Amino acid sequence: MNMYIQPEYEVIRNSDKCIACRVCERQCANLVHSFDSETGKMKADDSKCVNCHRCVCLCPTHALKIVKSDDTYKINANWDNQTINEVYKQANTGGVLLSSMGNPKPYPVYWDRMLVNASQVTNPPIDPLREPMETQLYLGKRAAKIERDEQGKLKNTLAPQLKLKVPVLFSAMSYGSISYNAHESLARAAEELGTYYNTGEGGLHKDFYKYGKNTIVQVASGRFGVFKDYLESAAAIEIKMGQGAKPGIGGHLPGAKISADVSETRMIPQGVDAISPAPHHDIYSIEDLRQLVYSLKEATEYKKPVIVKIAAVHNAAAIASGIARSGADIIAIDGYRGGTGAAPTRIRDNVGIPIELALAQIDQRLRDEGIRDEVSILVGGSIRSSADVIKAIALGADACYIGTAALLALGCHLCRSCHEGKCNWGIATQRPDLVKRLNPDIGYKRLVNLVTAWNHEIQEMMGGMGINSIEALRGNRLMLRGIGLTDTELNLLGIKYAGESM
Amino acid sequence: MKIDASGMHFAELNERVRACEEKDIYIANCVGQRYIGTGLADKEIAVGGTPGNALGAYLNGARIRVYGNVQEATGDTMNGGQIVVGGSAGDATGYAMRGGKIFIRGDAGYRCGIHMKAYKENKPAIVIGGRTGSFLGEYQAGGTIVVLGNHTDGKPIIGNFCGTGMHGGEIYLRCGQIPTKLPAQVRAEKIERLPEDAAELVREWCREFGQEEGAFVNASYFRLTPNSDNPYRQMYTVN
Repeated sequence: MNMYIQPEYEVIRNSDKCIACRVCERQCANLVHSFDSETGKMKADDSKCVNCHRCVCLCPTHALKIVKSDDTYKINANWDNQTINEVYKQANTGGVLLSSMGNPKPYPVYWDRMLVNASQVTNPPIDPLREPMETQLYLGKRAAKIERDEQGKLKNTLAPQLKLKVPVLFSAMSYGSISYNAHESLARAAEELGTYYNTGEGGLHKDFYKYGKNTIVQVASGRFGVFKDYLESAAAIEIKMGQGAKPGIGGHLPGAKISADVSETRMIPQGVDAISPAPHHDIYSIEDLRQLVYSLKEATEYKKPVIVKIAAVHNAAAIASGIARSGADIIAIDGYRGGTGAAPTRIRDNVGIPIELALAQIDQRLRDEGIRDEVSILVGGSIRSSADVIKAIALGADACYIGTAALLALGCHLCRSCHEGKCNWGIATQRPDLVKRLNPDIGYKRLVNLVTAWNHEIQEMMGGMGINSIEALRGNRLMLRGIGLTDTELNLLGIKYAGESM
Repeated sequence: MKIDASGMHFAELNERVRACEEKDIYIANCVGQRYIGTGLADKEIAVGGTPGNALGAYLNGARIRVYGNVQEATGDTMNGGQIVVGGSAGDATGYAMRGGKIFIRGDAGYRCGIHMKAYKENKPAIVIGGRTGSFLGEYQAGGTIVVLGNHTDGKPIIGNFCGTGMHGGEIYLRCGQIPTKLPAQVRAEKIERLPEDAAELVREWCREFGQEEGAFVNASYFRLTPNSDNPYRQMYTVN
């Protein structure tokens, strides 16, 4: 008994507008649209539609829309349609439910429950159009004390730093999970913006070594593509311990997605599965982590900062304290709303904690222990706007990683079907006919536009607060007030309630 | 060039090794300094004493010879070159190695050859003279691991969970009985004659450590390879 599952979305075609030009048919890798030669009309198979809006966007006469189906099982607040369908799917196949992108469940978004301060009368606001407004910053260890030589001159004890012109970086997305053209767009945008993109764990394509000074390379448990030149090409090295979308779960790129080019970049044979399990089987303690941190530093002669990335989980603060003592220069924390090219649905939707709470706790813990300057803090998962960036920095972050927002800039419509490898927007696919739909010349400009716009907004909000340097905003929680939060939430975030004065 | 490592911090030792213009380096009195030879391509390093963890990590073509034992994570993510160990090796030897060879005269610890992978002309190999601990060749995706079991006590030459998640490469075990507790992903077959590439690895090991080839090359082995019906593929359902 294969239980039929009614499509979640329906393709609605306005027959008055449709000219049967068949663009929708050519654009849909899911084969939703077809031309009926008998009637001369277009047809649609709703059951194949993932609601990526490619056809809607490209229809020259705007004849298409996708609507949520109003077909429903008997209304039940406990057993909603999706929950019931998931049971049917698993009963049909016996499989683990697989999803993509970030947790879509209606958990609280703490960014939206924090409000930013502005100056009035005293300590007046600064007009960013007229006054210098510094959003440039450095990531890395800060020297705790000044040392001088016998002549009294300053000794340079500064650990390697990453210089960012904007407080935003592109987060780790591997070649394999996203396309060549998506990577090229990110790399070129990072170069133009004076920031960094992150290779993810899939190695670095030979064409992109030239963007090395704007590249962070990742080292994960599978060590794909990790070798001397890869490490040396980069501006910084990130050890991936975890990912917000799937804490405690590793990666598994099926052999079918290992194209010739992906194989060369990952340095594994074509068609063989690429498995990177959740644990690094050589890391069972902070001491073991320290060993990997220092082996990477030795391999690159202490010239590059080492980042350790973890998912935001219940004990993130204690783990971060360990990481800060492991010799890492930067900690990256990824919240439970972070995106992914594929994750078990149950993990994505139920494991991990909000980045806002994790960040506030980690920053506080490192301050309490007097080791906050031992590391910089990067946060992601999910940062959706410049306001989120401002709030994250005020909560204690040095800068933010953006992944989903960057993909949206490239055309992603968050249909959450990356795991199927048929991305109509040319992002989460390796199919050449689909990849070429994403033009990197346009893609990189859209990324530059997005981050430049955010940077202007960040400057305006900083000016409003009377702050002219982004580093002066870091950890400045007096600039935040909570709204609609409980006492526990306010305590965890370390902020006062809206209306409470200093 | 000889470097006396006594009392020297690893960072200084490794800096001196990197800065050394001579190809041949002898490190004397090594007392647990880590990361020796990290990422090096064109050196010949001999080590007296005991090097610390992550010897030859990201090794890129250099050759390292250790007269005694080595510790954990030897040859981590090694890309090319050779490491010869006259004694025994610790845990996680050859983690994710992609190329080059590791020869160990004695035993090796747990989790040897995890994530080992082959790529184009790079075919990594580990030959272990004695026995190894559990999790040998876990997630192995390519390359060759040989365990010679050069013991006479009759105890098993590998531990448990050998080849868990294995999806490429092969493991050769010189033993008379099929190892117990092999996971479902692994197929074991008895072979009376080693394939030539594996036999050559065994001969190389014999030459390195002055052993008679006969007993090792002309022996029956169990060959472990991944079970071809991939158990992962059916695990997921699209949601």
